[in-house]
Amino acid sequence: MEQIISFSPQETKIQVQNLNLYYSKKQVLKNISMNIPERRVTAIIGPSGCGKSSFVRVLNRMNDLIPEARVEGRVLIDGENIYDPDVDVVALRKKVGMVFQKPNPFPKSIFENIAYGLRIGRHLKEEEIEFIVEKSLRQAALWEEVKDRLNQNAMSLSGGQQQRLCIARALAVEPEIILFDEPCSAIDPIATARIEELIHELKKDYTVLIVTHNMQQAARVSDFTAFLWLGELIEFDRTEKIFTNPVNKLTEDYITGRFG
Amino acid sequence: MSRSIKKSKNNKFEKSVLLQWVGFFLVRLATYAVLFILIYFLYDIASKGYKSISWEFLTEAPRKGMTQGGILPAIVGTFLVTMITAIVAVPLGMAAAIYLNEYAGAGRLTRLIRLSIRNLAGVPSIVYGLFGVILFVNILKFGTSVLSAGLTLGLLTLPWTITASEEALKSVPDAYREGALALGATKWQMIRTNVLPYSIPGMLTGAVLGLARAAGETAPIMFTGAAFYLPYLPRSLKDQFMALPYHLYIMATQHHAIDKARAIAYGTALVLIVFIVIFNLGAIIIRARLRNKWRN
Repeated sequence: MEQIISFSPQETKIQVQNLNLYYSKKQVLKNISMNIPERRVTAIIGPSGCGKSSFVRVLNRMNDLIPEARVEGRVLIDGENIYDPDVDVVALRKKVGMVFQKPNPFPKSIFENIAYGLRIGRHLKEEEIEFIVEKSLRQAALWEEVKDRLNQNAMSLSGGQQQRLCIARALAVEPEIILFDEPCSAIDPIATARIEELIHELKKDYTVLIVTHNMQQAARVSDFTAFLWLGELIEFDRTEKIFTNPVNKLTEDYITGRFG
Repeated sequence: MSRSIKKSKNNKFEKSVLLQWVGFFLVRLATYAVLFILIYFLYDIASKGYKSISWEFLTEAPRKGMTQGGILPAIVGTFLVTMITAIVAVPLGMAAAIYLNEYAGAGRLTRLIRLSIRNLAGVPSIVYGLFGVILFVNILKFGTSVLSAGLTLGLLTLPWTITASEEALKSVPDAYREGALALGATKWQMIRTNVLPYSIPGMLTGAVLGLARAAGETAPIMFTGAAFYLPYLPRSLKDQFMALPYHLYIMATQHHAIDKARAIAYGTALVLIVFIVIFNLGAIIIRARLRNKWRN
């Protein structure tokens, strides 16, 4: 029930220390401590309802939206506790981007979707915005498909394109960490493959966390894997180690498909 | 042996098929019944009212004990009062709905406020009228005036605009809210840029339906500013005014020269209905424009 692998302080981006999360009286996350490395892909796996999504939503404080949610413990990003009272949640969410389970493009044009985070934040010139929009779409491997129809409504894109649009939108505000909350559960296998490729590219520049219920996906895209079970962190190690030689019996049972 | 999927010969008389037929028949009948009543009602008013409509009817004040002349003061009065109602009920209703849906928590107080608003929508309009007399006419000393009547109708419409606006806000998916916040929007930025644009068409529709209803109200304006007969137009918000629904009420029930008054009453009813139809059409056009604007 502990983190087996350790990282040097230079390698560590996020430190989770004795994290407990409650929804009203129900405890969703139980005393989780783990260090998440920088510029690597960390997968969070576990059966439905084990707290995977709740865990990543702790990291950008999206749980703040749930009135009855209560957090105990500390979450340090670059050494700063994001639950300190003097933390600016808006700045935190710009630093920690998020891609949701269901693609959620806004009913605006493709261009305006990407520009959204830029327009609400800083006062940029229109040329700068155009530059960042193109750069973000290229990073998300969507530019070639949409460059001739940037003014079309984003809702007209296919599911997989919509999800890449959401990734580009998150990239445009220049986060350092990107949280993927089951990003492929609502799209087809070919689109999934493209997004996995993309995640692989992103780790050069970003710290990536991906929640997935698909173990093959975790094995394909991640460097490290954390296994959550009933709100507890059971095992956290190199992905190949977790999938070939797990320490814990529960982990082994889960990855071999004995439950879940 | 595989089962056939062809209809059996006495398929028509099987219980499930029969029940479905009866069910569809009943709901269709209900729709047609409503439609029939509406069309009959409009036909009756239009066929009896159109004879009274003339340029003179629309542009002149009543004459000779309201047996001749037109209804211009009533048209202008209803228009002015409806404008004041809109100025009061639409912004206040939208603001209250934004507070209730986006800011207020899910606590007991919020539930109580919401329940009270729903109940206010069911209070008889005469009660609003009497309340308006006390508050606007007497306490605030606006007198019996366009202003008092407009404010009273504004209060009457408020529960409707709040409820409609809240429904419009609820219809915006939470994914838009989460998406905006996750990109680092503040709550107000999220509401302004990613919630309001998509709810305003619905808010306007609700507001206009409420206003159309208010424009046709008689009881709340009877004591707060509507006059039985005025040969001139209101010159300020403190003046009394004539209104279409009140004029209609008088011509239909209070006038001694029944024959002459009856034709004018039908003409007034037709003008009132056309006024409300134009109002609703305006709302539909605005909504369609806004939708198109945001779709492209």
